[in-house]
Amino acid sequence: MNAIVFTALWGVIMMIAGAFVRSTTAPRYMGMLGIILVFVVNAMELTSGFSLFTLPTMDMVRSSTFNLTFLAVVFGITFLIFLLNGRDIEKIGKHKFEYFAILFFILCGVSLVSTFNNLLLLFLGIEIMTIPLYILTGSDKRNLVANEAALKYFLLGSFSTGLMLMGIAFLYGSNPVASFYINNMQFGVGALPVLTVIGMLLLLSSMSFKVSVAPFHFWTPDVYDGAPTVVTSFMSSVIKIAGFFAFLRLFENAFGVMHAQWQMLIALLIVATLLVGNITAIFQQSVKRMMAYSSIAQAGFMLFALFAMNDMAREGLVLYSAAYSLASIGVFGVLARMDDITYGGFNGMGKTHPLLALGTTVCLLSLTGIPLTAGFLAKFYMLASAVQTGVYFWLVVVAVLFAAVSAYYYFRVIRAIYFKSPEGNNEGIKVSRSFEWILLLIACLIIALGINPEWLLGWMFI
Amino acid sequence: MILFTIGVVGVLIRRNAIIVFMCIELMLNSVNLLLVAFSKMHALSPVAKASPTFASDAQVFVFFIMVVAAAEVTVGLALIVMLYRNTHSVDVNFLNRLKY
Repeated sequence: MNAIVFTALWGVIMMIAGAFVRSTTAPRYMGMLGIILVFVVNAMELTSGFSLFTLPTMDMVRSSTFNLTFLAVVFGITFLIFLLNGRDIEKIGKHKFEYFAILFFILCGVSLVSTFNNLLLLFLGIEIMTIPLYILTGSDKRNLVANEAALKYFLLGSFSTGLMLMGIAFLYGSNPVASFYINNMQFGVGALPVLTVIGMLLLLSSMSFKVSVAPFHFWTPDVYDGAPTVVTSFMSSVIKIAGFFAFLRLFENAFGVMHAQWQMLIALLIVATLLVGNITAIFQQSVKRMMAYSSIAQAGFMLFALFAMNDMAREGLVLYSAAYSLASIGVFGVLARMDDITYGGFNGMGKTHPLLALGTTVCLLSLTGIPLTAGFLAKFYMLASAVQTGVYFWLVVVAVLFAAVSAYYYFRVIRAIYFKSPEGNNEGIKVSRSFEWILLLIACLIIALGINPEWLLGWMFI
Repeated sequence: MILFTIGVVGVLIRRNAIIVFMCIELMLNSVNLLLVAFSKMHALSPVAKASPTFASDAQVFVFFIMVVAAAEVTVGLALIVMLYRNTHSVDVNFLNRLKY
């Protein structure tokens, strides 16, 4: 509750400040201040259950330590993005305060979708999350590629919203108690009415759309590629994990009773996602586009949380969110500072920028899932939760095979970093000393989580 | 339902960004109609009547959909205008620069 109110408030404050403050560095510092504030009030609610506001929400919002921990991860990640790429956010265009304000509004949507208990709030949260994102994607107004990405994202995104609304309407029509509350759907087990099935499938496809799961992934590479790199960094981390969290929350509460009936469907989606993401990523020439496809592949792993849907899967999703976002913002953060975003741009980085190279390498290793990094434990949790369900063991085997495939394209970058000679002096990479240290901090966090995930997961059980 | 189908088909086959956009709006509005119809239907059933907010829920939902649709229109039209300024066309086929 704290987080929802504070993010929205801070967004408004920043917007008003934009009208009066002329300073060019103020937006970045105000953004950081805001995110720290939000993190603190969220942590207060997490540790002591202390809420600053008591609003009559009619039980539409429900928070537990599980989703507050998740929100803490989201705010932490956003803080790191501000720290790492704050200057790049300011460089997108002229309206510096507004970009940060929009980011805060998105965070408000994220807080809504991770605590909703009602389909109305799911819909509103998803919209509050995506509509500002369309603007951010197109914020580079003169760039035709960014325009195209924004329009594509907008048309497909609102199309999937339409599907989601249709699904919600069907669910409302078919459930006997006429309720939008996801914990009070009362579908029962056994053969389902046709309307419920259609509604569930529509919701499944629209949520898959939002998190870019395989048959609905077409927009992802184009949008990730066309958007300004900072925005891509935010999109691939915060938006994606929030989408997954909403996905899990919706299906766990509303359709949890008939889990066995749609488990097969999820299994098929996982295989399709892993296949498309990993195989297409191999053939990319641009690292930014490769990362877009790899984010589809990682979505396949996160989907295991829906497949298994047990305690381990819940812990796994939080850990995976943290691990994946940390690594992803690291790599995209570096890409945002590079002129040449093909593999060639990384050539010889190990010699010219040793610290930067080290940080990037740790991030890439974590994405691959090498032991001692958070990515490994996250993948392990996901697969272990799938094994615990005791069905479809082949799925785990397939996932492990594709994780091995993914090593190919991540290691291609590492090979370029350390084993190729630089062309010239790598002047295309513009980083400051502090940027390198922040990247190393992210790398340390990744390794710390890889050694002891309890530092994060412990918060779920206070 | 028919409106919704027209909307979906329109999004899939038309090539003009503004018409695609209108079709999306059509989808949202068909959902509005459907929600109101379902709410009326539930009002006749005794089980649903027992729930405290039985008929008003869907109708409130409709208002929220309208508001969100309006917000989407502002953003969407702005994007289309931005594209038109740069390319002097609103043809979706124009959008093929982002490939490999």
